Amino acid sequence: MNRNQKIQLAQRRYSIIIFIIIVIFLYVVRLFYLQIIDDQYKVYAQINAFEFLTEYPPRGYIYDRNGKLLVMNEPSYDLMVVPKEAKGCDTLALCEILDISKEEFINRMTKLSLPPNSPRKQSIFEKQLSVKMYAALQEKMYRFNGFFVQVRSIRKYPKPIAAHALGYIGEVSKTKAEKDPYYKEGDYIGISGIEYSYEKFLRGKKGTRIIIKDVHNREVGRFMDGKFDTLAIPGKPLYSSIDMDLQEYGEYLMKNKKGSIVAIEPSTGEILCLVSSPAYDPNLLVGGRERNKNFAKLLADTINVPLFNRATQAMYPPGSTFKLIDALIGQKDGVLFPNTVYPCARGYPPMGGRPKCHPHPTPNLEMSIQYSCNSYYSYVFKSIVENYKMWGNFQNAYQHWRDAVMSFGIGRKLNYDIPYEKPGNVPSIKYYDKVFGKGRWFASTVISLGIGQAELTAVPIQLANVMCIIANRGYYYTPHLIKGVGHEKYLDSTFKIKHYTYVTELEYYERVINGMEKVVEAGTATSAKIKDIKICGKTGTAENPHGKDHALFFAFAPKDNPKIAISVIVENSGFGGVWAAPIASLMIEKYLKGKISRPDLEKRMVEANLIKANLDYIKSGMPDKKKKQQNKNRKKSR
Amino acid sequence: MRIKEENPFLGIDWITVILYLILVILGWLNIYAAVYDEQHQSIFDISQKYGKQMIWIITALVIAFAILIIEADFYTVFAYGFYIVILLINIAVPFLGKEIKGSKSWFRFGDFGIQPAEFMKFATNLALAKFLSNQNLSVISTKRYKKLADYFFMYKNTFMSFLIIGIPAIVIIALQNETGLAITFASFVITLYREGLSVNFIIIGFLAVVLFILSLLIPQQYFYIVFIVFFILWFYFGKHSWKNFLIKISYIALASLFVFSSNFIYSKLQPHQRGRIDVLLGRGEINLKKEGYNVHQSKIAIGSGGLTGKGFLKGTQTKYNFVPEQDTDFIFCTVGEEWGFIGSTFVLVLFAILIIRIINLAERQRSEFSRIYGYGVASILFFHLTINVGMTIGILPVIGIPLPFFSYGGSSLWGFTILLFIFLKLDAQRLLVLR
Repeated sequence: MNRNQKIQLAQRRYSIIIFIIIVIFLYVVRLFYLQIIDDQYKVYAQINAFEFLTEYPPRGYIYDRNGKLLVMNEPSYDLMVVPKEAKGCDTLALCEILDISKEEFINRMTKLSLPPNSPRKQSIFEKQLSVKMYAALQEKMYRFNGFFVQVRSIRKYPKPIAAHALGYIGEVSKTKAEKDPYYKEGDYIGISGIEYSYEKFLRGKKGTRIIIKDVHNREVGRFMDGKFDTLAIPGKPLYSSIDMDLQEYGEYLMKNKKGSIVAIEPSTGEILCLVSSPAYDPNLLVGGRERNKNFAKLLADTINVPLFNRATQAMYPPGSTFKLIDALIGQKDGVLFPNTVYPCARGYPPMGGRPKCHPHPTPNLEMSIQYSCNSYYSYVFKSIVENYKMWGNFQNAYQHWRDAVMSFGIGRKLNYDIPYEKPGNVPSIKYYDKVFGKGRWFASTVISLGIGQAELTAVPIQLANVMCIIANRGYYYTPHLIKGVGHEKYLDSTFKIKHYTYVTELEYYERVINGMEKVVEAGTATSAKIKDIKICGKTGTAENPHGKDHALFFAFAPKDNPKIAISVIVENSGFGGVWAAPIASLMIEKYLKGKISRPDLEKRMVEANLIKANLDYIKSGMPDKKKKQQNKNRKKSR
Repeated sequence: MRIKEENPFLGIDWITVILYLILVILGWLNIYAAVYDEQHQSIFDISQKYGKQMIWIITALVIAFAILIIEADFYTVFAYGFYIVILLINIAVPFLGKEIKGSKSWFRFGDFGIQPAEFMKFATNLALAKFLSNQNLSVISTKRYKKLADYFFMYKNTFMSFLIIGIPAIVIIALQNETGLAITFASFVITLYREGLSVNFIIIGFLAVVLFILSLLIPQQYFYIVFIVFFILWFYFGKHSWKNFLIKISYIALASLFVFSSNFIYSKLQPHQRGRIDVLLGRGEINLKKEGYNVHQSKIAIGSGGLTGKGFLKGTQTKYNFVPEQDTDFIFCTVGEEWGFIGSTFVLVLFAILIIRIINLAERQRSEFSRIYGYGVASILFFHLTINVGMTIGILPVIGIPLPFFSYGGSSLWGFTILLFIFLKLDAQRLLVLR
């Protein structure tokens, strides 16, 4: 080899060095891309190694207005399993305790071994064990390798009352979980009642614990020794406005009856009791295997419809009760005076005695309330909606009447704190135009609105609110179920606003109230009379196609400085004075006095099974009803 | 002979020694981080891999010291001797040693194991240096070649070199089932290139790799169309003679045969090897839980490191075993995750400095033996670095070879130490060698 060639070959070292530098450079570029530009690997690493464990805060307790516990939490036990460690477990014994088949056991185990679960990770094998199962399990736990019991907390109701007001919780729906980032599937959320309305306060705030996992999904430590973990903040306690004793008593009285009792404190709008009957035991819906079974059972009961909250969702024609509102509007409009007298010929004379009435002395204003004269209020209604002097034409006058009625909280939402509120209905001009044709309906066409019938409907809580308005002489507070949230008793400011109605003049109210007092003293509801409490009330009767008429009674007491306004509706029981008035009177006595002075009356009320009575009545062919129906038909044909 | 009696460390290139020490210690720390265990926090705990690695490091230093004491002539004189003895040991391993995970390349002594294949590298390097020190690979002859044998004779030395390199590689593949280790013998191509290997060989080799990859990605019929078009154009614009025509025809035929055979070779590979190639080329459905797992997790570990890394012992991906083999072949993941872009670039640059330093030292040798041996050291280190890091960052297929000085394991550490320090000894005595 000559020298030249040697020198030439020596030059090759530069190519080699350049090649090495290029490769290293390319690698650095690649690293730059992987580590700095491309973020996906950081995400993957998080998914790989971190698990964000949620720490559930205890849900807030709910107390009644006197500080008695209505809703608390109770530990419940979930059976957990780490499938990989469940080797040599006494499967047969476990299946026996849990009451499942061997195939079911194998199915569950395979399911829990597959992603997103892992054979090395703990998963729920059985939710919320019954006490019996838990006891049996504890005894034999040593035989079930890989299984253990985890404690969670569920709702517990010391007394099985106020189910509709309190509501229940359940697993959050998929759509809600997707919309609200706070919830994950499987979380619990308030679904109705207070649990729904005050979910934000009751739920507290979830905490997070970040753990580090290894490749087998096992926990190997806490991220940064828990530096970034957040503690769960317990839910706030809630002070309900409900009087536990009154609520319980109301449900006791309404046993075997369909209907509702709503009592409100007029001076605050606080709901004292919200009874919807038939009710159910809220402990049935707290969770676990039993919950779904119970829920389905309650849902399937189409006769009693126990999940239906009659107090806020059932719409009834207010019946004679509505005459109070007519009387107030009429006075305010200057078409009704204390001495106004209208004839009554066992009915409304201009229309041949329809609506019908019952025998009573010819009334003035106060007496018309005392005797609940249908004819009188047909005249009053007519005079309001035909007040052309004031409104020019019928349309305007009707619109005025409707607005005035709605200012009493009927036919529109009150926006109280119970979900799924029904507004009731005060028929609009548009509606009647559609039914009868524009300009082809008059006061006489819709005369039964004046006595609270026809298309006019209201829900019990609205009618209790009307009692509040009369008790307050002209205004109401939006009814609400709570006194306050947390120990500081925070209350939303919307519940502290006085809502004034169309009529605010004290004298107009006094006349009506005097009439109401006489209703109980010597009118249609003498059965509600209590010795030293001045009750002002009004009976009502609502016709319906489901059997006997609904009995309605509304009252407040005492007459001066009222403490309680109440609406009682007993479905299919007949005339308001017979069933509804005594129940209201017992409730008032219970609330104001704390004890009952008429045990006989109480006994009669409790023992009456009106559901059964109505069923018998329907079976017998509804004789009264048929007659009425025939009358109606005849009238139409005429 | 005066110098000989003096300090054995005289003339040692200390820069290389310091680079070596830095890399070894960084490797040790990263092994500690990769297999870190709360219960065994001491880095000196010899029940753990990091404790064992410490023992390997200490013994490697003892070996290095021994190499420096021994006369440099010892390595040149016994070059073939080393080669033959270690080759025989390698042939014997599969029959005497213990099989571990399908590989028959280990001798076990209790907790510790020795893999003779790791020592084959320095022995082959010695033998190659010995063979080439008086030869020349470049074609220098004015003689006219007539017969095929003449052509073969022209490349006689090249083929002999291939044989020296190829025999141990084949032994390691065929008998020990260690394909990864065998592939590292390809690194000697760099040495051969420096010593005059015809560029044609490199071009052919390069084209073969490109064709192999393309043939796996593109249906074969396209190749034949391209070849035919290429041939027509080539023929049309080239010299028109029968001889030319025949040469071109045979080129095309060879290329076609290769394309055909590449699919055949691919189909004969072991499933996991096929999987690794598929992962790299993105062929078909890649299952990230199976064949794609290693590289995916490795990229996650390195990619999640960011600019400055998560910090020493703070890596989650490697510490909690998401990356398989994170203490041996995938040790670079720990570097990437815990020290980030800065740390991994630092390690790469450190390696680059070491390799280029060795090349420069090799070039200053008077003795051809020393120079060729030096190039062998640089080639082997560079090849390992390229393959190993390329695999962890997902641009080369998974080939199970260690990262020099970093990966856990006594054999590879000892092997690389011996490889490097023989060269340092040769370099230290370069002035004594007569031209």
